[in-house]
Amino acid sequence: MRMPKPRGPLSEWTVARLAATASDHELGPAPSAGSWEDETITLWTLHELSYRGFEDAADRAEWDPEALAVRQTLEIALEERLRDRWAGADVSPADVRPADVPKALERVVAEDDGPSLADHVRRHATLDEVLELLRQRSIYHLKESDSSAWVVPRLPVRAKAALMELQYDEYGDGDPNRLHSHLFARGLVAVGLRSEYGAYVDDALPETLEMNNASSMFGLQRRLRGAAMGHLAAFEMTSSLPSRKMVQGLSRLGLDGAMTAYYDEHVEADAIHEHLAARDICGTLAEDEPDQASEIIFGAFACLDLEARFATAVLAAWDRA
Amino acid sequence: MSELWDDGTDQEFDHPDVVLQPHGPMLLRGATSVQDATGTVHAVTRPVVALCRCEKSSRLPWCDGTHKVIPRG
Repeated sequence: MRMPKPRGPLSEWTVARLAATASDHELGPAPSAGSWEDETITLWTLHELSYRGFEDAADRAEWDPEALAVRQTLEIALEERLRDRWAGADVSPADVRPADVPKALERVVAEDDGPSLADHVRRHATLDEVLELLRQRSIYHLKESDSSAWVVPRLPVRAKAALMELQYDEYGDGDPNRLHSHLFARGLVAVGLRSEYGAYVDDALPETLEMNNASSMFGLQRRLRGAAMGHLAAFEMTSSLPSRKMVQGLSRLGLDGAMTAYYDEHVEADAIHEHLAARDICGTLAEDEPDQASEIIFGAFACLDLEARFATAVLAAWDRA
Repeated sequence: MSELWDDGTDQEFDHPDVVLQPHGPMLLRGATSVQDATGTVHAVTRPVVALCRCEKSSRLPWCDGTHKVIPRG
C-alpha cells in the first residue's frame, strides 16, 4: 500500500516526512493541522506504520522521533475529545464496581441510541450505498482484530487467556481461509470491489478514520488497555444481530456469496465472542485491576459513540444525495 | 487440592467446559460435534460455541443473539 493523499498541511508534511530519508532536515517542523479531517488522516497514516506500513515510507519511519511527536499530539487531542464526550453523556457510571463491569457493559450497549446502518441496509439501501458502506468498513475489516492483538502482553492471566480464546477464532482457528480479515477481502472481490489492504483509504470519511484511530490508539498504548478491551466488548456485543441484518440486506440486493458469508460468520462468531469479551476478558480484568473498571466502560462508550457518529454522517450524506 | 501461592491466593482458575450465560446461550468448550433437537449432527470447528437456549435462534442449534430482543418474562 502507498501512503494516502494528504488532506491538509499536516498530512502533507507527514507524508513527506515518512518518505524522507536523507532530505529530512529540509522539511522544517510540523505545521498545525488545517482541519479535523487533516488530523484524522495524519494519525491514521502514523498508526499504519505499526501495522503493515507503506511501500513508499522509509522502513524506519515508525520510530522517527518527529513523527512520534506528531502522533502523540494527535492522540492526546483524540483521547480528550472522547473523554469529554464520555463525561458529557450520562450513560456510563465512571465509578463502576469491578464486579459490575459485565452488567455495566450491557447497560451501556442497551442505552446506545445511535442510528443503525444495518437496519438501513436490511430494508432500504441501494446497491451503491451498500458498496460505499463496504468501502468505508474495509478500512477496519481488512485489519480486523489486529489492534486487540497488541493488548495481549499487557493483560493479567485470566483476561489474557480469554482474549486469546477469542482472537484464535478471529484469526480463523488456525485456518487462513477463515481469518476474518481474509473473509472480508474475499467478500470485497465477490461484490466487485478492490480487496488490497488499504485500497479505499483515500475515500475514507474522517468519521471512519477517527473510529479506526481510536481502536489503534487503545491497542498501541498500554495505559489504555482497559479502554481497548471495553471497546472490543462493545463491538462484539453490537455485532451479531446487525450482521444478520447485513446478510438480509445483501441477499435482498442479490449480493449472495463471499460477502454474505463474511457477515453470516459474524452472526455466529460474535454471539460467542460477546460473552467472552464482557465476562472472561473485561470482567476478570476489572477484578484483577480494579482501576481498569471505569476505563473499560470508557472504551465501550467510545466504540458506540464513534459508530453512531459514523452512521449519522453516512446516512446524512445518502439523504442529501 | 490446589497449591497456594506466597500471598495465600489460590492460583488454580475455574475454566468450565459448559457455561450458562444469564438470559443467554450455553457456551460449550472443546466439543467436536453437536446434535440438534431434530437429530442432525453439526460439526464444531471452533474452540467455543454458543448453543441457543431461547429456541428462537434463526440458526439452531447455535445462538444468533435473538434472545436479546425477546422481552424477559
